[in-house]
Amino acid sequence: MKLTAFLICLCLVLFVISLVTGTTPVSVWHSFASLFATDGSPMSVVMQQIRLPRALLAVMIGASLGVSGAAMQGYLRNPLAEPGLIGVSAAAGLGAVLALQTGLAAAFALALPLSALLAALIAVAMILTLAGPRGAALTLILAGIAISALASAFTSLVLNLSPNPFAAAEIVFWMLGSLADRSFAHVWLALPFMAVGWLLLGSLGRGLDALTLGEDAAAAMGVRLSGLRLALVIGTAACVGAGTAVAGSIGFVGLVVPHVLRPFVGGQPSRLLWASALGGAAMVLAADIAVRVALPDRDLKLGVLMALVGAPLFLHLIYKTRGTLQ
Amino acid sequence: MAALLVSAALVLADAPQRVVSINLCTDQLALLLAAPGQLVSVTRLSHEDTDSVMGDQARALPANGSGAEEVYLLKPDLVLAGTFTSMATISMLRNLGIEVVQFAPARALSDVPDRLAQMGEALGREAEATAMIDSFNADLAALSAAPAQRPRAALTYVNNYSSGRHSLAGDVLFAAGFDNVAEEAGLGSVGVLPLEQLVLLAPDVIIQGRNYPGAARAEDNLDHPALSSLKGTYLAGELTDRDWVCGTPTVLNAVRTMVDLRRDVEARQ
Repeated sequence: MKLTAFLICLCLVLFVISLVTGTTPVSVWHSFASLFATDGSPMSVVMQQIRLPRALLAVMIGASLGVSGAAMQGYLRNPLAEPGLIGVSAAAGLGAVLALQTGLAAAFALALPLSALLAALIAVAMILTLAGPRGAALTLILAGIAISALASAFTSLVLNLSPNPFAAAEIVFWMLGSLADRSFAHVWLALPFMAVGWLLLGSLGRGLDALTLGEDAAAAMGVRLSGLRLALVIGTAACVGAGTAVAGSIGFVGLVVPHVLRPFVGGQPSRLLWASALGGAAMVLAADIAVRVALPDRDLKLGVLMALVGAPLFLHLIYKTRGTLQ
Repeated sequence: MAALLVSAALVLADAPQRVVSINLCTDQLALLLAAPGQLVSVTRLSHEDTDSVMGDQARALPANGSGAEEVYLLKPDLVLAGTFTSMATISMLRNLGIEVVQFAPARALSDVPDRLAQMGEALGREAEATAMIDSFNADLAALSAAPAQRPRAALTYVNNYSSGRHSLAGDVLFAAGFDNVAEEAGLGSVGVLPLEQLVLLAPDVIIQGRNYPGAARAEDNLDHPALSSLKGTYLAGELTDRDWVCGTPTVLNAVRTMVDLRRDVEARQ
Protein backbone atom coordinates (compact mmCIF):
# COMPACT_ATOMS: atom_id res chain seq x y z
CA MET A 1 0.00 0.00 0.00
CA LYS A 2 2.83 2.35 0.94
CA LEU A 3 4.54 1.49 -2.34
CA THR A 4 1.41 2.28 -4.37
CA ALA A 5 1.00 5.64 -2.63
CA PHE A 6 4.65 6.48 -3.24
CA LEU A 7 4.47 5.55 -6.94
CA ILE A 8 1.27 7.54 -7.46
CA CYS A 9 2.86 10.59 -5.83
CA LEU A 10 5.97 10.13 -7.98
CA CYS A 11 3.86 9.97 -11.14
CA LEU A 12 1.91 13.08 -10.14
CA VAL A 13 5.07 15.08 -9.43
CA LEU A 14 6.68 13.98 -12.70
CA PHE A 15 3.46 14.72 -14.61
CA VAL A 16 3.51 18.29 -13.29
CA ILE A 17 7.21 18.70 -14.12
CA SER A 18 6.55 17.34 -17.60
CA LEU A 19 3.82 19.95 -18.12
CA VAL A 20 6.08 22.84 -17.19
CA THR A 21 9.06 21.59 -19.23
CA GLY A 22 9.37 22.97 -22.73
CA THR A 23 11.55 24.81 -25.18
CA THR A 24 10.37 28.17 -23.91
CA PRO A 25 10.86 28.85 -20.20
CA VAL A 26 7.57 29.98 -18.68
CA SER A 27 6.73 30.34 -14.97
CA VAL A 28 4.96 27.41 -13.31
CA TRP A 29 2.05 29.62 -12.29
CA HIS A 30 1.55 31.02 -15.79
CA SER A 31 1.76 27.50 -17.25
CA PHE A 32 -1.03 26.21 -15.05
CA ALA A 33 -3.21 29.26 -15.51
CA SER A 34 -2.86 28.68 -19.27
CA LEU A 35 -3.69 24.99 -18.93
CA PHE A 36 -7.20 25.88 -17.80
CA ALA A 37 -7.59 29.12 -19.76
CA THR A 38 -10.19 29.22 -22.52
CA ASP A 39 -8.97 32.41 -24.18
CA GLY A 40 -7.13 30.68 -27.02
CA SER A 41 -3.90 32.55 -26.23
CA PRO A 42 -0.70 31.07 -27.68
CA MET A 43 0.42 29.81 -24.23
CA SER A 44 -2.88 28.04 -23.62
CA VAL A 45 -2.57 26.36 -27.03
CA VAL A 46 0.93 25.20 -26.09
CA MET A 47 -0.24 23.81 -22.72
CA GLN A 48 -3.50 22.23 -23.89
CA GLN A 49 -2.50 20.92 -27.29
CA ILE A 50 1.23 20.22 -27.10
CA ARG A 51 2.35 19.58 -23.52
CA LEU A 52 -0.77 17.93 -22.05
CA PRO A 53 -1.11 15.20 -24.72
CA ARG A 54 2.63 14.59 -24.50
CA ALA A 55 2.54 14.05 -20.72
CA LEU A 56 -0.60 11.88 -21.02
CA LEU A 57 1.03 9.71 -23.68
CA ALA A 58 4.13 9.30 -21.49
CA VAL A 59 1.92 7.98 -18.66
CA MET A 60 -0.12 5.71 -20.96
CA ILE A 61 2.85 4.25 -22.82
CA GLY A 62 4.95 3.87 -19.68
CA ALA A 63 2.14 2.06 -17.85
CA SER A 64 1.55 -0.19 -20.87
CA LEU A 65 5.19 -1.17 -21.21
CA GLY A 66 5.64 -1.67 -17.46
CA VAL A 67 2.61 -3.92 -17.07
CA SER A 68 3.46 -5.88 -20.25
CA GLY A 69 6.97 -6.56 -18.99
CA ALA A 70 5.73 -7.66 -15.55
CA ALA A 71 3.08 -9.94 -17.08
CA MET A 72 5.48 -11.60 -19.53
CA GLN A 73 8.08 -12.12 -16.84
CA GLY A 74 5.44 -13.58 -14.53
CA TYR A 75 4.12 -15.95 -17.15
CA LEU A 76 7.51 -17.10 -18.44
CA ARG A 77 9.11 -16.93 -14.98
CA ASN A 78 12.06 -15.30 -16.68
CA PRO A 79 13.36 -11.83 -15.73
CA LEU A 80 14.69 -11.22 -19.28
CA ALA A 81 11.28 -11.22 -20.98
CA GLU A 82 10.46 -7.71 -22.18
CA PRO A 83 8.45 -6.51 -25.23
CA GLY A 84 11.37 -4.54 -26.68
CA LEU A 85 14.00 -7.24 -26.23
CA ILE A 86 11.90 -10.07 -27.60
CA GLY A 87 10.92 -8.21 -30.77
CA VAL A 88 7.28 -7.33 -30.04
CA SER A 89 7.96 -3.58 -30.24
CA ALA A 90 9.93 -3.96 -33.46
CA ALA A 91 7.11 -5.99 -34.99
CA ALA A 92 4.53 -3.41 -33.89
CA GLY A 93 6.68 -0.72 -35.49
CA LEU A 94 6.69 -2.66 -38.76
CA GLY A 95 2.90 -2.94 -38.60
CA ALA A 96 2.58 0.80 -38.05
CA VAL A 97 5.00 1.63 -40.87
CA LEU A 98 3.09 -0.64 -43.25
CA ALA A 99 -0.20 1.05 -42.36
CA LEU A 100 1.33 4.50 -42.94
CA GLN A 101 3.18 3.73 -46.16
CA THR A 102 0.34 1.85 -47.83
CA GLY A 103 -1.90 4.84 -47.20
CA LEU A 104 -4.24 2.69 -45.09
CA ALA A 105 -3.75 4.93 -42.04
CA ALA A 106 -4.63 8.02 -44.08
CA ALA A 107 -7.84 6.43 -45.34
CA PHE A 108 -8.90 5.04 -41.95
CA ALA A 109 -7.19 6.37 -38.81
CA LEU A 110 -7.70 3.23 -36.69
CA ALA A 111 -5.75 1.22 -39.26
CA LEU A 112 -2.54 2.51 -37.66
CA PRO A 113 -2.98 1.02 -34.15
CA LEU A 114 -4.82 -2.02 -35.57
CA SER A 115 -2.02 -2.88 -37.94
CA ALA A 116 0.59 -2.41 -35.18
CA LEU A 117 -1.51 -4.58 -32.87
CA LEU A 118 -1.80 -7.32 -35.46
CA ALA A 119 1.95 -7.38 -36.07
CA ALA A 120 2.61 -7.39 -32.31
CA LEU A 121 0.14 -10.24 -31.92
CA ILE A 122 2.03 -12.33 -34.47
CA ALA A 123 5.33 -11.58 -32.72
CA VAL A 124 4.06 -12.49 -29.21
CA ALA A 125 2.47 -15.67 -30.51
CA MET A 126 5.69 -16.63 -32.30
CA ILE A 127 7.78 -15.94 -29.19
CA LEU A 128 5.54 -17.96 -26.89
CA THR A 129 5.45 -20.83 -29.40
CA LEU A 130 9.22 -20.83 -29.81
CA ALA A 131 10.06 -20.40 -26.13
CA GLY A 132 7.47 -22.90 -24.88
CA PRO A 133 5.48 -22.61 -21.66
CA ARG A 134 8.53 -22.57 -19.41
CA GLY A 135 10.22 -19.84 -21.44
CA ALA A 136 13.77 -21.25 -21.57
CA ALA A 137 15.92 -18.12 -21.33
CA LEU A 138 18.28 -18.85 -24.20
CA THR A 139 15.53 -19.73 -26.70
CA LEU A 140 13.54 -16.69 -25.64
CA ILE A 141 16.38 -14.23 -26.17
CA LEU A 142 17.55 -15.83 -29.43
CA ALA A 143 14.03 -15.91 -30.85
CA GLY A 144 13.62 -12.29 -29.76
CA ILE A 145 16.83 -11.21 -31.51
CA ALA A 146 15.76 -12.95 -34.72
CA ILE A 147 12.24 -11.46 -34.74
CA SER A 148 13.59 -8.03 -33.83
CA ALA A 149 16.19 -8.11 -36.60
CA LEU A 150 13.68 -9.30 -39.18
CA ALA A 151 11.06 -6.70 -38.26
CA SER A 152 13.63 -3.88 -38.18
CA ALA A 153 14.99 -4.92 -41.55
CA PHE A 154 11.53 -4.87 -43.11
CA THR A 155 10.80 -1.50 -41.49
CA SER A 156 14.00 -0.07 -43.01
CA LEU A 157 13.19 -1.61 -46.38
CA VAL A 158 9.67 -0.20 -46.48
CA LEU A 159 10.86 3.28 -45.45
CA ASN A 160 13.69 3.24 -47.98
CA LEU A 161 11.25 2.34 -50.75
CA SER A 162 8.98 5.27 -49.85
CA PRO A 163 8.76 8.07 -52.44
CA ASN A 164 9.01 10.55 -49.57
CA PRO A 165 12.64 11.69 -49.11
CA PHE A 166 12.13 12.10 -45.36
CA ALA A 167 10.76 8.62 -44.74
CA ALA A 168 14.14 6.91 -44.57
CA ALA A 169 15.26 9.27 -41.79
CA GLU A 170 12.38 8.15 -39.60
CA ILE A 171 13.88 4.67 -39.18
CA VAL A 172 15.50 6.24 -36.10
CA PHE A 173 12.09 7.20 -34.72
CA TRP A 174 10.64 3.71 -35.13
CA MET A 175 13.66 2.11 -33.48
CA LEU A 176 14.20 4.56 -30.61
CA GLY A 177 10.83 6.22 -30.00
CA SER A 178 9.91 9.83 -29.29
CA LEU A 179 6.96 11.79 -27.90
CA ALA A 180 7.87 15.08 -29.59
CA ASP A 181 4.93 17.01 -31.08
CA ARG A 182 2.34 14.29 -30.49
CA SER A 183 -1.24 15.53 -30.16
CA PHE A 184 -4.58 14.49 -28.67
CA ALA A 185 -5.32 12.67 -31.93
CA HIS A 186 -2.62 10.19 -30.90
CA VAL A 187 -3.97 9.94 -27.34
CA TRP A 188 -7.47 9.01 -28.55
CA LEU A 189 -6.04 6.61 -31.13
CA ALA A 190 -4.03 4.64 -28.56
CA LEU A 191 -6.24 4.85 -25.45
CA PRO A 192 -8.99 2.35 -26.33
CA PHE A 193 -6.49 -0.36 -27.28
CA MET A 194 -4.36 0.29 -24.22
CA ALA A 195 -7.40 0.19 -21.93
CA VAL A 196 -8.30 -3.26 -23.27
CA GLY A 197 -4.68 -4.33 -22.76
CA TRP A 198 -4.57 -3.01 -19.18
CA LEU A 199 -7.79 -4.84 -18.28
CA LEU A 200 -6.60 -8.11 -19.81
CA LEU A 201 -3.14 -8.00 -18.23
CA GLY A 202 -4.52 -6.69 -14.91
CA SER A 203 -6.83 -9.69 -14.72
CA LEU A 204 -3.88 -12.09 -14.85
CA GLY A 205 -2.76 -11.44 -11.24
CA ARG A 206 -4.34 -14.49 -9.59
CA GLY A 207 -3.22 -16.84 -12.35
CA LEU A 208 0.35 -15.56 -12.31
CA ASP A 209 0.48 -15.88 -8.51
CA ALA A 210 -0.65 -19.50 -8.79
CA LEU A 211 1.86 -20.11 -11.55
CA THR A 212 4.75 -19.33 -9.18
CA LEU A 213 3.99 -22.74 -7.60
CA GLY A 214 4.38 -24.51 -10.92
CA GLU A 215 1.99 -25.33 -13.74
CA ASP A 216 0.52 -28.45 -12.12
CA ALA A 217 -0.20 -26.66 -8.88
CA ALA A 218 -1.74 -23.76 -10.80
CA ALA A 219 -3.93 -26.13 -12.80
CA ALA A 220 -4.98 -27.85 -9.56
CA MET A 221 -5.98 -24.44 -8.19
CA GLY A 222 -8.34 -24.00 -11.10
CA VAL A 223 -6.21 -21.73 -13.30
CA ARG A 224 -6.86 -22.34 -16.98
CA LEU A 225 -3.43 -21.97 -18.53
CA SER A 226 -4.70 -21.69 -22.11
CA GLY A 227 -7.00 -18.83 -21.13
CA LEU A 228 -4.22 -17.10 -19.23
CA ARG A 229 -1.91 -17.43 -22.21
CA LEU A 230 -4.48 -16.00 -24.60
CA ALA A 231 -5.15 -13.00 -22.33
CA LEU A 232 -1.40 -12.41 -22.04
CA VAL A 233 -0.85 -12.52 -25.81
CA ILE A 234 -3.75 -10.19 -26.67
CA GLY A 235 -3.12 -7.87 -23.72
CA THR A 236 0.58 -7.43 -24.51
CA ALA A 237 -0.09 -6.95 -28.21
CA ALA A 238 -2.77 -4.32 -27.51
CA CYS A 239 -0.56 -2.40 -25.05
CA VAL A 240 2.67 -2.53 -27.03
CA GLY A 241 0.99 -2.21 -30.44
CA ALA A 242 -0.94 0.95 -29.56
CA GLY A 243 2.04 2.57 -27.84
CA THR A 244 4.46 1.81 -30.65
CA ALA A 245 2.01 2.99 -33.31
CA VAL A 246 2.02 6.53 -31.91
CA ALA A 247 5.48 6.88 -30.33
CA GLY A 248 7.81 4.31 -31.87
CA SER A 249 9.39 1.49 -29.90
CA ILE A 250 10.64 2.51 -26.48
CA GLY A 251 12.78 -0.27 -25.11
CA PHE A 252 13.85 -1.53 -21.68
CA VAL A 253 10.94 -0.05 -19.66
CA GLY A 254 9.40 -3.49 -19.20
CA LEU A 255 12.79 -4.88 -18.17
CA VAL A 256 13.99 -2.23 -15.73
CA VAL A 257 10.76 -1.39 -13.91
CA PRO A 258 9.67 -4.88 -12.77
CA HIS A 259 13.26 -5.66 -11.81
CA VAL A 260 13.53 -2.59 -9.58
CA LEU A 261 10.08 -3.08 -8.01
CA ARG A 262 10.12 -6.87 -7.51
CA PRO A 263 11.80 -6.78 -4.05
CA PHE A 264 9.21 -4.25 -2.81
CA VAL A 265 6.23 -6.49 -3.60
CA GLY A 266 7.77 -9.63 -2.13
CA GLY A 267 8.10 -11.15 -5.60
CA GLN A 268 4.32 -11.48 -5.88
CA PRO A 269 3.36 -11.20 -9.61
CA SER A 270 -0.16 -9.83 -9.00
CA ARG A 271 1.15 -6.89 -6.98
CA LEU A 272 4.04 -6.42 -9.38
CA LEU A 273 1.62 -5.91 -12.30
CA TRP A 274 0.07 -2.74 -10.89
CA ALA A 275 3.29 -1.48 -9.34
CA SER A 276 5.04 -1.89 -12.71
CA ALA A 277 2.30 0.03 -14.50
CA LEU A 278 2.86 2.99 -12.16
CA GLY A 279 6.63 2.57 -12.23
CA GLY A 280 6.66 2.43 -16.04
CA ALA A 281 4.61 5.63 -16.23
CA ALA A 282 7.08 7.35 -13.89
CA MET A 283 10.07 6.10 -15.87
CA VAL A 284 8.81 7.27 -19.29
CA LEU A 285 7.71 10.63 -17.81
CA ALA A 286 11.17 11.10 -16.29
CA ALA A 287 12.94 10.13 -19.51
CA ASP A 288 10.73 12.44 -21.58
CA ILE A 289 11.54 15.31 -19.21
CA ALA A 290 15.25 14.49 -19.42
CA VAL A 291 15.37 14.51 -23.24
CA ARG A 292 13.75 17.95 -23.29
CA VAL A 293 16.05 19.38 -20.62
CA ALA A 294 19.19 17.89 -22.19
CA LEU A 295 18.56 18.97 -25.80
CA PRO A 296 15.50 21.24 -25.97
CA ASP A 297 15.31 21.68 -29.75
CA ARG A 298 16.86 18.47 -31.03
CA ASP A 299 14.21 15.78 -30.38
CA LEU A 300 16.65 13.41 -28.67
CA LYS A 301 14.99 9.98 -28.88
CA LEU A 302 13.67 8.35 -25.70
CA GLY A 303 15.27 5.04 -26.65
CA VAL A 304 18.72 6.57 -26.22
CA LEU A 305 18.09 7.29 -22.53
CA MET A 306 16.27 4.00 -21.99
CA ALA A 307 19.17 2.01 -23.42
CA LEU A 308 21.68 3.94 -21.30
CA VAL A 309 19.76 2.87 -18.19
CA GLY A 310 18.44 -0.47 -19.42
CA ALA A 311 21.35 -2.04 -21.26
CA PRO A 312 23.72 -2.16 -18.23
CA LEU A 313 20.92 -3.73 -16.20
CA PHE A 314 20.30 -6.21 -19.00
CA LEU A 315 24.01 -7.16 -18.94
CA HIS A 316 23.80 -7.52 -15.15
CA LEU A 317 20.77 -9.82 -15.46
CA ILE A 318 22.53 -11.95 -18.06
CA TYR A 319 25.55 -12.18 -15.75
CA LYS A 320 23.34 -13.23 -12.85
CA THR A 321 21.37 -15.82 -14.84
CA ARG A 322 24.29 -17.07 -16.96
CA GLY A 323 24.30 -20.37 -15.07
CA THR A 324 20.79 -21.10 -16.31
CA LEU A 325 21.42 -19.97 -19.87
CA GLN A 326 23.01 -23.25 -20.88
CA MET B 1 33.96 42.81 -89.90
CA ALA B 2 35.95 39.73 -90.87
CA ALA B 3 38.14 40.25 -87.83
CA LEU B 4 35.04 40.40 -85.64
CA LEU B 5 33.68 37.16 -87.07
CA VAL B 6 36.99 35.43 -86.54
CA SER B 7 37.16 36.56 -82.92
CA ALA B 8 33.55 35.42 -82.34
CA ALA B 9 34.40 32.01 -83.77
CA LEU B 10 37.45 31.90 -81.53
CA VAL B 11 35.34 32.64 -78.47
CA LEU B 12 32.93 29.91 -79.51
CA ALA B 13 35.74 27.45 -80.07
CA ASP B 14 36.97 28.36 -76.61
CA ALA B 15 33.61 27.62 -75.01
CA PRO B 16 32.99 24.07 -73.71
CA GLN B 17 31.23 21.84 -76.24
CA ARG B 18 29.97 18.99 -74.03
CA VAL B 19 28.68 20.18 -70.67
CA VAL B 20 27.26 17.83 -68.01
CA SER B 21 25.48 19.19 -64.96
CA ILE B 22 25.31 17.10 -61.76
CA ASN B 23 23.35 19.45 -59.47
CA LEU B 24 19.67 20.42 -59.65
CA CYS B 25 20.36 24.16 -59.50
CA THR B 26 23.24 24.16 -62.00
CA ASP B 27 20.91 22.15 -64.28
CA GLN B 28 18.45 25.03 -64.31
CA LEU B 29 21.05 27.78 -64.74
CA ALA B 30 22.63 25.84 -67.61
CA LEU B 31 19.27 25.14 -69.28
CA LEU B 32 18.59 28.88 -69.18
CA LEU B 33 21.92 29.96 -70.64
CA ALA B 34 23.49 27.16 -72.68
CA ALA B 35 23.71 27.32 -76.48
CA PRO B 36 21.69 24.66 -78.33
CA GLY B 37 23.51 21.32 -78.09
CA GLN B 38 26.04 22.58 -75.54
CA LEU B 39 24.44 20.89 -72.50
CA VAL B 40 24.39 17.10 -72.92
CA SER B 41 23.03 15.80 -69.61
CA VAL B 42 21.23 16.96 -66.45
CA THR B 43 20.52 15.27 -63.12
CA ARG B 44 17.69 12.82 -62.62
CA LEU B 45 16.00 15.23 -60.18
CA SER B 46 15.56 17.76 -63.00
CA HIS B 47 13.32 15.31 -64.85
CA GLU B 48 10.87 15.30 -61.92
CA ASP B 49 8.24 18.04 -61.99
CA THR B 50 8.00 17.92 -58.18
CA ASP B 51 11.57 19.20 -57.85
CA SER B 52 12.35 21.00 -61.07
CA VAL B 53 10.82 24.14 -62.57
CA MET B 54 12.15 23.23 -66.01
CA GLY B 55 11.00 19.63 -66.35
CA ASP B 56 10.01 19.92 -70.02
CA GLN B 57 13.34 21.32 -71.19
CA ALA B 58 15.25 18.93 -68.89
CA ARG B 59 13.47 15.83 -70.19
CA ALA B 60 14.78 16.59 -73.69
CA LEU B 61 18.24 15.67 -72.36
CA PRO B 62 19.39 12.34 -70.89
CA ALA B 63 19.53 12.20 -67.09
CA ASN B 64 22.53 11.26 -64.97
CA GLY B 65 22.69 10.05 -61.36
CA SER B 66 25.61 12.39 -60.47
CA GLY B 67 28.11 9.51 -60.10
CA ALA B 68 31.70 9.98 -61.32
CA GLU B 69 31.64 6.82 -63.43
CA GLU B 70 28.59 7.63 -65.56
CA VAL B 71 29.54 11.30 -65.85
CA TYR B 72 33.01 10.37 -67.14
CA LEU B 73 31.52 8.02 -69.73
CA LEU B 74 29.53 10.97 -71.15
CA LYS B 75 32.95 12.44 -72.17
CA PRO B 76 32.25 15.99 -70.97
CA ASP B 77 34.73 18.84 -71.34
CA LEU B 78 33.05 20.70 -68.48
CA VAL B 79 31.12 19.45 -65.44
CA LEU B 80 28.86 21.79 -63.45
CA ALA B 81 28.45 20.93 -59.77
CA GLY B 82 27.31 22.49 -56.49
CA THR B 83 29.69 23.30 -53.66
CA PHE B 84 27.89 20.61 -51.63
CA THR B 85 28.27 17.93 -54.29
CA SER B 86 30.15 14.92 -52.93
CA MET B 87 33.87 15.77 -52.70
CA ALA B 88 34.75 12.23 -53.74
CA THR B 89 32.92 12.64 -57.05
CA ILE B 90 34.50 16.00 -57.80
CA SER B 91 38.08 15.02 -57.00
CA MET B 92 37.66 11.80 -58.99
CA LEU B 93 36.51 13.77 -62.05
CA ARG B 94 39.33 16.30 -61.67
CA ASN B 95 41.89 13.50 -61.37
CA LEU B 96 40.52 12.12 -64.63
CA GLY B 97 41.35 15.47 -66.25
CA ILE B 98 37.85 16.94 -66.49
CA GLU B 99 37.25 20.59 -65.63
CA VAL B 100 34.69 20.97 -62.84
CA VAL B 101 33.13 24.33 -61.96
CA GLN B 102 31.31 24.51 -58.60
CA PHE B 103 28.42 26.85 -57.84
CA ALA B 104 27.56 27.87 -54.27
CA PRO B 105 23.85 27.66 -53.35
CA ALA B 106 22.14 31.05 -53.34
CA ARG B 107 21.49 32.39 -49.83
CA ALA B 108 19.82 35.61 -50.96
CA LEU B 109 18.09 37.05 -54.00
CA SER B 110 21.19 39.16 -54.62
CA ASP B 111 23.11 35.91 -55.24
CA VAL B 112 21.01 35.16 -58.34
CA PRO B 113 22.77 37.70 -60.66
CA ASP B 114 26.15 36.41 -59.40
CA ARG B 115 25.26 32.80 -60.24
CA LEU B 116 23.94 33.82 -63.66
CA ALA B 117 27.17 35.68 -64.36
CA GLN B 118 29.26 32.72 -63.19
CA MET B 119 27.30 30.34 -65.41
CA GLY B 120 27.54 32.74 -68.37
CA GLU B 121 31.29 32.80 -67.95
CA ALA B 122 31.60 29.02 -67.56
CA LEU B 123 29.56 28.39 -70.71
CA GLY B 124 31.03 31.27 -72.74
CA ARG B 125 27.58 32.91 -72.89
CA GLU B 126 28.33 36.21 -71.14
CA ALA B 127 26.03 38.31 -73.34
CA GLU B 128 22.99 36.10 -72.65
CA ALA B 129 23.80 36.13 -68.93
CA THR B 130 24.02 39.93 -68.84
CA ALA B 131 20.64 40.27 -70.55
CA MET B 132 19.07 37.84 -68.10
CA ILE B 133 20.60 39.63 -65.11
CA ASP B 134 19.18 42.96 -66.28
CA SER B 135 15.66 41.59 -66.69
CA PHE B 136 15.89 39.78 -63.31
CA ASN B 137 16.91 42.98 -61.53
CA ALA B 138 14.14 44.95 -63.20
CA ASP B 139 11.47 42.33 -62.34
CA LEU B 140 12.63 42.07 -58.74
CA ALA B 141 12.60 45.85 -58.29
CA ALA B 142 9.06 45.99 -59.66
CA LEU B 143 7.88 43.24 -57.28
CA SER B 144 9.50 44.39 -54.06
CA ALA B 145 7.89 47.81 -53.58
CA ALA B 146 7.88 48.61 -49.85
CA PRO B 147 4.50 47.81 -48.25
CA ALA B 148 2.76 50.08 -45.74
CA GLN B 149 2.60 47.33 -43.16
CA ARG B 150 4.71 44.17 -42.85
CA PRO B 151 2.74 41.14 -41.56
CA ARG B 152 4.66 38.68 -39.34
CA ALA B 153 5.16 35.36 -41.10
CA ALA B 154 6.82 32.02 -40.38
CA LEU B 155 8.16 29.48 -42.84
CA THR B 156 7.85 25.90 -41.58
CA TYR B 157 9.02 22.74 -43.24
CA VAL B 158 9.17 19.08 -42.25
CA ASN B 159 10.80 18.25 -38.89
CA ASN B 160 10.11 21.80 -37.67
CA TYR B 161 12.76 23.31 -39.90
CA SER B 162 12.41 27.00 -40.65
CA SER B 163 14.26 29.64 -42.65
CA GLY B 164 15.50 32.89 -41.14
CA ARG B 165 16.38 36.13 -42.90
CA HIS B 166 19.76 34.92 -44.19
CA SER B 167 18.54 32.22 -46.53
CA LEU B 168 17.07 32.29 -50.02
CA ALA B 169 13.56 31.49 -48.73
CA GLY B 170 13.89 34.08 -45.95
CA ASP B 171 14.98 36.67 -48.49
CA VAL B 172 12.02 35.83 -50.76
CA LEU B 173 9.72 36.40 -47.77
CA PHE B 174 11.45 39.71 -46.93
CA ALA B 175 11.33 40.95 -50.52
CA ALA B 176 7.60 40.17 -50.64
CA GLY B 177 7.04 42.48 -47.66
CA PHE B 178 6.82 40.10 -44.69
CA ASP B 179 8.68 40.16 -41.39
CA ASN B 180 10.06 36.77 -40.42
CA VAL B 181 9.24 35.58 -36.86
CA ALA B 182 12.18 33.16 -36.99
CA GLU B 183 14.32 36.25 -36.47
CA GLU B 184 12.50 37.00 -33.19
CA ALA B 185 13.41 33.46 -32.14
CA GLY B 186 17.05 34.11 -32.96
CA LEU B 187 17.17 31.97 -36.07
CA GLY B 188 19.50 33.56 -38.62
CA SER B 189 19.59 31.12 -41.50
CA VAL B 190 18.09 27.64 -41.72
CA GLY B 191 17.45 25.72 -38.49
CA VAL B 192 14.91 24.18 -36.16
CA LEU B 193 12.06 26.30 -34.82
CA PRO B 194 10.37 24.05 -32.22
CA LEU B 195 6.59 23.74 -32.52
CA GLU B 196 6.08 25.26 -29.05
CA GLN B 197 8.13 28.29 -29.94
CA LEU B 198 6.30 28.73 -33.25
CA VAL B 199 2.93 28.67 -31.47
CA LEU B 200 4.11 31.15 -28.81
CA LEU B 201 5.35 33.54 -31.52
CA ALA B 202 1.77 33.50 -32.93
CA PRO B 203 2.64 34.80 -36.41
CA ASP B 204 0.00 36.43 -38.64
CA VAL B 205 0.61 33.79 -41.28
CA ILE B 206 2.30 30.38 -41.33
CA ILE B 207 3.64 29.30 -44.71
CA GLN B 208 4.19 25.57 -44.95
CA GLY B 209 6.37 23.64 -47.33
CA ARG B 210 5.60 20.10 -48.37
CA ASN B 211 5.19 18.56 -51.78
CA TYR B 212 6.33 14.98 -51.47
CA PRO B 213 4.24 11.88 -52.05
CA GLY B 214 4.04 9.08 -49.49
CA ALA B 215 3.86 9.40 -45.72
CA ALA B 216 6.62 10.53 -43.40
CA ARG B 217 6.42 11.21 -39.70
CA ALA B 218 8.70 14.17 -40.40
CA GLU B 219 5.64 15.94 -41.84
CA ASP B 220 3.47 15.43 -38.74
CA ASN B 221 4.46 18.82 -37.32
CA LEU B 222 2.70 20.51 -40.26
CA ASP B 223 -0.63 18.89 -39.36
CA HIS B 224 -0.44 19.43 -35.59
CA PRO B 225 -3.82 20.64 -34.28
CA ALA B 226 -2.10 23.32 -32.17
CA LEU B 227 -1.42 25.32 -35.34
CA SER B 228 -5.05 25.48 -36.40
CA SER B 229 -6.10 26.39 -32.82
CA LEU B 230 -4.21 29.66 -32.95
CA LYS B 231 -6.63 32.53 -33.26
CA GLY B 232 -5.52 35.23 -35.67
CA THR B 233 -3.01 33.02 -37.45
CA TYR B 234 -3.66 32.22 -41.09
CA LEU B 235 -2.34 28.82 -42.23
CA ALA B 236 -1.25 29.36 -45.81
CA GLY B 237 -0.96 25.68 -46.68
CA GLU B 238 1.62 24.31 -49.04
CA LEU B 239 3.14 27.32 -50.70
CA THR B 240 6.87 26.68 -50.71
CA ASP B 241 7.85 24.36 -53.52
CA ARG B 242 10.29 23.94 -56.36
CA ASP B 243 10.25 27.70 -57.13
CA TRP B 244 12.04 28.30 -53.81
CA VAL B 245 14.87 25.81 -54.10
CA CYS B 246 17.34 27.32 -56.56
CA GLY B 247 18.77 30.76 -57.08
CA THR B 248 17.53 31.17 -60.65
CA PRO B 249 15.24 33.84 -62.13
CA THR B 250 12.23 31.54 -61.51
CA VAL B 251 12.59 32.34 -57.80
CA LEU B 252 10.67 35.50 -58.76
CA ASN B 253 7.58 33.27 -59.06
CA ALA B 254 7.95 32.61 -55.34
CA VAL B 255 8.22 36.34 -54.62
CA ARG B 256 5.11 36.92 -56.73
CA THR B 257 3.16 34.21 -54.83
CA MET B 258 4.20 35.75 -51.52
CA VAL B 259 3.20 39.28 -52.58
CA ASP B 260 -0.24 37.89 -53.49
CA LEU B 261 -0.40 36.17 -50.11
CA ARG B 262 0.50 39.39 -48.30
CA ARG B 263 -2.34 41.25 -50.09
CA ASP B 264 -4.65 38.38 -49.14
CA VAL B 265 -3.58 38.57 -45.46
CA GLU B 266 -4.03 42.34 -45.43
CA ALA B 267 -7.53 41.95 -46.85
CA ARG B 268 -8.39 39.54 -44.02
CA GLN B 269 -7.20 41.86 -41.25
